[in-house]
Amino acid sequence: MSDDTLWVLVVGASLGCYLLKLAGLSVPAPWVEQPWVARVVDFVPAALLAALVAVQAATADQRLVIDGRLAGLSVAALALALRAPFIVVLVLAGGTGAVVHLLA
Amino acid sequence: MPDPARAAVLRDAIGLGAAVGLYGVAFGAAAAAAGLDAWQALVMSLLMFTGASQFALVGVLGSGGSALAAAGSALLLGTRNTVYGVRLVPLLRPRGVVRRMGTAHWVIDETTAMAVAAPETRLARVAFLATGASVYVLWNATTVVGALGSAALGETAQAALDAVVPAAFLALLWPRLRRPFAEPAVQRRVALGGAVVALALTPFVPAGVQVIAAVVAVALAGRPRPRAEAAA
Repeated sequence: MSDDTLWVLVVGASLGCYLLKLAGLSVPAPWVEQPWVARVVDFVPAALLAALVAVQAATADQRLVIDGRLAGLSVAALALALRAPFIVVLVLAGGTGAVVHLLA
Repeated sequence: MPDPARAAVLRDAIGLGAAVGLYGVAFGAAAAAAGLDAWQALVMSLLMFTGASQFALVGVLGSGGSALAAAGSALLLGTRNTVYGVRLVPLLRPRGVVRRMGTAHWVIDETTAMAVAAPETRLARVAFLATGASVYVLWNATTVVGALGSAALGETAQAALDAVVPAAFLALLWPRLRRPFAEPAVQRRVALGGAVVALALTPFVPAGVQVIAAVVAVALAGRPRPRAEAAA
């Protein structure tokens, strides 16, 4: 992807996200406070973030791949379950990824 | 005039800014891993200023997705802020076009949570502004740290960073799957559905599209049915 494309993406998506924020302060509340809107907004983040976790951890070039990223993700999940702080979670995941890379 | 409630709001705002700053480092690093330069990462933090959307954009780019798919997932996550704005209007009462446009830029998870949680309406605006300022400064500063820091990495450190990015997404997702978040059991099913659909589609659709397709599939599966349910 060219640098120009990246800039258009960065600025364009930023503008779009800003307009979504501004819309909330500007449109009549009943438009947004529909039950189905509330449901979608409540659950879209979980679906999207989980999809990103899966794609980032277990795919490369449109293939399913098992490598240090999945190992790091497993360690991160364990750390999160034990209520580790964010920074500890990241360090453990990164450390696991590095170790697997060195051993592989 | 000493005002303990106001002081507590300011203290929490600064603490929250520091915590979010850690995510800023992770975002800067993820942006660099996805091929953005430090300026592009910083401009995103300055202009987009909504963490989950920023992570989604670089996440899709990092997995080889198109600009359209990347922008689409950022906007999907950005719809949250529209709902936040509706909740904030009665608390902040932004008067006039200029003030409304300025306020809009800082409508994010953290500022909304702090304004809504403020003990009195008069403190809601203080909470919003203090949290906005604290998070904005630290998020942008740490974005630069992450973006520049990761450029200096060797191969093993790059493998470490590759493992950090999905872990950071998981950490963003995790609180939604547990109490006291509304309906954590449904959130877990939605998350599992999103992950399974995305992985299943990966070999067959262009990179990035599977992420948006997963969201659409899950939204269709959970489309409104004729039953009463308390909205969160």
